[in-house]
Amino acid sequence: MYNEIFDRKVDDIGLQTGIDRLTPEKIEKTIKQVLESETGAKLKVYNDTCVRCGMCAQACHYYMSHLDPSYSPVAKIHQSIKVLIDRAGKVGPDFIYQCAQIAYTECNLCRRCVHYCPLGVDTAYMMSTMRRICHKLGVTPQYIQDTAHSHSATMNQMWVKDDEWTDSLLWQEEEARDEFPDMRIPLDVDGADMMYSVIGPEPKFRTHLIYQAAAIFHEAGLSWTMPSLPGWDNSDMAMYSGDFEMMGRLKRSHFECAQKLHVKRIVMGECGHAFRSVYDQGNRWLGWSDYPVEVVHSVEFFAELFKAGKIKMQDKHPGKVTIHDPCNIIRGRGLMEHLRYLAHEICEEVVEMSPSAEYNYCCAAGGGVINCGPPFKNVRMEGNKIKADQLKAAYDKGVRTILAPCHNCHGGLEDIIHHYGIEMDIKFLGDIIYTNMVKTKAVE
Amino acid sequence: MYHSIYDLVTGPLTWLGFGVLVLFGLYKMISMYSLAKKKDGSSIFYVKAKYGIRSILQWIIPFGTTGWKANPALTAATFVFHICLLATPIFLGAHIDMWDYNFGVSWPALPDQVADIMTVLVIAACCFFAYRRIADKNVAFVTTWKDWFALCVTVSPFITGFLAYHQIFNYQFMIVLHVVTGVAWLLFVPFGRLSHAIFGWYSRVYIASEFQGVRHVKDW
Ligand code: SF4
Ligand code: SF4
Ligand code: SF4
Repeated sequence: MYNEIFDRKVDDIGLQTGIDRLTPEKIEKTIKQVLESETGAKLKVYNDTCVRCGMCAQACHYYMSHLDPSYSPVAKIHQSIKVLIDRAGKVGPDFIYQCAQIAYTECNLCRRCVHYCPLGVDTAYMMSTMRRICHKLGVTPQYIQDTAHSHSATMNQMWVKDDEWTDSLLWQEEEARDEFPDMRIPLDVDGADMMYSVIGPEPKFRTHLIYQAAAIFHEAGLSWTMPSLPGWDNSDMAMYSGDFEMMGRLKRSHFECAQKLHVKRIVMGECGHAFRSVYDQGNRWLGWSDYPVEVVHSVEFFAELFKAGKIKMQDKHPGKVTIHDPCNIIRGRGLMEHLRYLAHEICEEVVEMSPSAEYNYCCAAGGGVINCGPPFKNVRMEGNKIKADQLKAAYDKGVRTILAPCHNCHGGLEDIIHHYGIEMDIKFLGDIIYTNMVKTKAVE
Repeated sequence: MYHSIYDLVTGPLTWLGFGVLVLFGLYKMISMYSLAKKKDGSSIFYVKAKYGIRSILQWIIPFGTTGWKANPALTAATFVFHICLLATPIFLGAHIDMWDYNFGVSWPALPDQVADIMTVLVIAACCFFAYRRIADKNVAFVTTWKDWFALCVTVSPFITGFLAYHQIFNYQFMIVLHVVTGVAWLLFVPFGRLSHAIFGWYSRVYIASEFQGVRHVKDW
């Protein structure tokens, strides 16, 4: 929809600076270049085939929260990429601002809408393409661009320097002395059974998660390692900013470090988007049909440990727990059964939200939206009232804990429970397992 | 005069309609497929017939999918509409007679009253779609002239056919108009909104393969 006054423009210095540098010629050239060289039949078919039936509206948490038609999946296409295609790139800078705001901050690429579209239109793919164009135009929200810069400068998301990374690991090993005197966080062990990879924010803000994972692996007696060199961070905000060149470099370095260590497989921490980058986007960009080293998400991995009896629970987590299904590992990778198996193994009582599993509502943080930073926090809060309603309903049934095995979901849900005043705790699987497992190797 | 117009529209014009439908339809399908092979290799690599068929079967069951369940009235209208839209012209006695006369092929026809009711159902469904385009704010927001055009092209042979059959207004004029609008229908299927009739299968099969094959979840 061209020349429509976009009534919810949010000021963002990254978007604005990019817009100020644009000329109509540059816009047209870039759009044509992306449409002609990087997209093909998929985009065309989606664009032509959509019959504007509006069935997808109810799929999207943004629409369900606002009940405003401009937030429906098809409306997002209608107000952005479709116009670029129809006008062959002849649009003005202000319109690009609107496109960028929609694509980066009003769609989590969660693909819930696919379940609702009779014609199989993939709105998330179209929004990713929109972001790709914005990236090439230099119009990206400031915060996510900072993260993408961090990836290109340091090969991790959080500007963590190489020595700070190993320092954090050694520090956690040190911390463990009191509880597990023999516990190691092995570095660069050649030929270990598995390499454990985490996301940048873990050494930076949530170091205890590395401690917990190490304690679980230690208890289970596993052969494992972490890499000391770049490639340890499996996260990928470049995928979300539209910087696909960088996404390719990141995935390559992640796998190369596993290959150099000759590990049998990579176990990824509790993060959804990193996993998506591996099975869905990074691999395709690199032209890999699959990945060169087997990858498992911790949800699968923990389920394996429990099934093999390598980890046992001392107690189950008390009280009622509900499951938040992270899109990227559930709708993205079908891990809902594994997650439910684990939830029942480690919690006293599980209360399902409705809808759940592959039909879950996204946390509104994913798809890089939370990484667009404070200017867009309200977009997430107001755009996910529907999740707050789900959580309140669970609260009314006595649920006080949310199990969410994804970092982004944690961030998003935390903001939501504070914003809507819902008194619940959010837990990673690792939090509950570590706290309540049988610790045969611990000293009192 | 009337006869020559009638012969023109039922003869060369109809040939043109079917010709464009078949040739352009095929051309567009093939060119889209080769474009996909050239440009979307990393996607069509994952395409598997098994997933596509499973998904199509699921989506052609009324209320068989999340989307259908969430929109009951639209679902009912969509199914009635598409079934009648395809079955009525194919199994209409008068049409079969023409095939028989021209090519010597024929097949069982629907009783005229049934065909008449099905025609009314198509028109009614189109009225419902038109109503949604105006009254449902989600649909109204994304509706453009292209949608109205597609709707008009689709419904007009049914309206004219109905009027002609019941001899309302001038029969001769109506029947010519019926053929002309029918041909317009054939001409426009490969283009614009109506092209979902041929490309919808592509997107369905692709998304099915991605969801079931790569993402290990249902696409319904
Ligand atoms: S459900 Fe599909 S076809 Fe209908 S408007 Fe949404 S994207 Fe278009
Ligand atoms: S946020 Fe999810 S449901 Fe909404 S348009 Fe994006 S992918 Fe579709
Ligand atoms: S952050 Fe979590 S719920 Fe949200 S998109 Fe990612 S995986 Fe989905």
